Amino acid sequence: MVLNMFDLYLRRRIVNSLGLGISVLAMLFGLFWLGWILWTLLEHGLPGLGMHVFTQTTPPPGSAGGLINAIFGSLMMVITATLIGTPIGILAGTYLAEFGQRGWLAPVTRFINDVLLSAPSIVIGLFIYEVYVMQIGHFSGWGGTLALSIIVIPVVIRTTENMLRLIPNSLREAAAALGTPQWKIINFVTLRAARAGILTGVLLAVARISGETAPLLFTALNNQFWNSDMNQPMANLPVVIFQFAMSPYADWQSLAWTGALLITLSVLTLNIVARIMFRQNKSSH
Amino acid sequence: MPNFLRESLHKRQTVLDALFRNLTRLSAFSVLALLAAIIASLVVGSMPAIHAFGFGFITSAEWDPVNDQYGALIPIVGTLITSFIALLIAIPVSFGIAVFLTELAPDWMRRPLGIAVELLAGIPSIIYGMWGLFVFAPLFADHVEPWLTENIGSWPFIGPFFSGPPMGIGMLTAGIILAIMIIPFIASVMRDVFDVVPTMLKESAYGLGSTTWEVMLKVVLPYTKIGVVGGIMLGLGRALGETMAVTFVIGNAHELNQSLLMPGNSISSALANEFAEAVGELYTSSLIELGLILFFITFVVLSLARLMLHKLQKREGHGA
Repeated sequence: MVLNMFDLYLRRRIVNSLGLGISVLAMLFGLFWLGWILWTLLEHGLPGLGMHVFTQTTPPPGSAGGLINAIFGSLMMVITATLIGTPIGILAGTYLAEFGQRGWLAPVTRFINDVLLSAPSIVIGLFIYEVYVMQIGHFSGWGGTLALSIIVIPVVIRTTENMLRLIPNSLREAAAALGTPQWKIINFVTLRAARAGILTGVLLAVARISGETAPLLFTALNNQFWNSDMNQPMANLPVVIFQFAMSPYADWQSLAWTGALLITLSVLTLNIVARIMFRQNKSSH
Repeated sequence: MPNFLRESLHKRQTVLDALFRNLTRLSAFSVLALLAAIIASLVVGSMPAIHAFGFGFITSAEWDPVNDQYGALIPIVGTLITSFIALLIAIPVSFGIAVFLTELAPDWMRRPLGIAVELLAGIPSIIYGMWGLFVFAPLFADHVEPWLTENIGSWPFIGPFFSGPPMGIGMLTAGIILAIMIIPFIASVMRDVFDVVPTMLKESAYGLGSTTWEVMLKVVLPYTKIGVVGGIMLGLGRALGETMAVTFVIGNAHELNQSLLMPGNSISSALANEFAEAVGELYTSSLIELGLILFFITFVVLSLARLMLHKLQKREGHGA
């Protein structure tokens, strides 16, 4: 009997150690891929990194060149998309947090927004192709901007609402007791108090769209030459990386790796900065 | 201040209040309008294909741009199979990571490890694709696939899934890379829902002499069941719609193969590869109908995920 109980206890302890051991392995498994991918990027991307990447445009196969037109195009589209998407996102998020207690609009919007947050981005590319690119008859940088801004909106809405909900009600009540009209309370008290958190959301949205490739394939397309006209097809890093990586030319592939390294470094830096900012903001409260 | 002035000032603020409220309401409404517009444009765009093929579009395996005959069966099956492989791998690994992060890791380790997992989610999908094609697929073809064929290829039932030439690219590779991509999403939802389990519940179980593993499996997991399933569905939604990583490694062949080592196609990779070059109304329209099907499937999966997570949140609210 005593032996039996000892057996049972031993078995439970073994199962426990096994389970926990597997958990540790799972964690290592996850970290392993992160490390491997980052290592690959450094290994293939660093050798090609030099000033020429930032001074020359994308080359035809077999000659030297850089990525400046793609970097410029990406920057333009990401900036304009953020400028379009952020105000709509903040306003809608404000509605959900501040006015959304009654009625059907807020819960339905919240639900649809959460679904759009993870909707396949290639479908958004198709949508902009249908309603914009096809109507004007050619691919264009603005098309890319529109597609990216549709991805920005749900991210900003979600974080804005979450951040506004963290603001204590006593702050709103104090302002209201002073006779402040509601639009002033929201704009100058609650939104201001949630500023850092909302900025975190915007940074995360920028990080997200910086690497998006699928929605740009049928909207901005690509452009081998320098182009600052947003109304024309526009080069951008993700699509250039896609095209160059899939090509059989070694020098194009090497440029693709360098581009991949640049994009990943900037996206990861944005992610880390956003998190650090959010943490500082939280601890200062 | 004279009374009439104060009144007009008050009136102005009321007007501004209403203006601001309606501006925010309009923005919220624009999200709904956006969804309606996306669905409407996809439906309108796929009308020619719907008229030409009807319901047969979903069950036909033909994809022949030369003769203008299109069917969605192969991409749909490819999307479902790769996502299924991804879930098979990602669910246990994510559970392990969540257990590690909530129960095992010392406090100083939790934040950096949590950030590392989230960085894995931050890497753009095109990077996964490049890495998969140039680094992972060759190694997989040289070392893993021959082993699979040799050892499992002759088994009854599942053997045929693992036979065929080791090419590196194919459904299995796409599924594995998708798994790596969705692990962070599922793991962070699991970690978040594990964190909401009342400490008292866990401590009671420990007090009765449970081991950590038993507490996780028999107390925490049942309590958070809905949330865990919601997180898995969220990962599934990601996997179904993922484009670039799959496009690089799936091989883009419009073939239906029993073997998972053979190239195939998915809805999103068919779109990424063919849409910009598609000529002819029916070709374009068939591709848009593929997009509509993809949007429909992911919409249903993601809605279910949100409903489940919402349910868990509600219960958490009641408990507190």
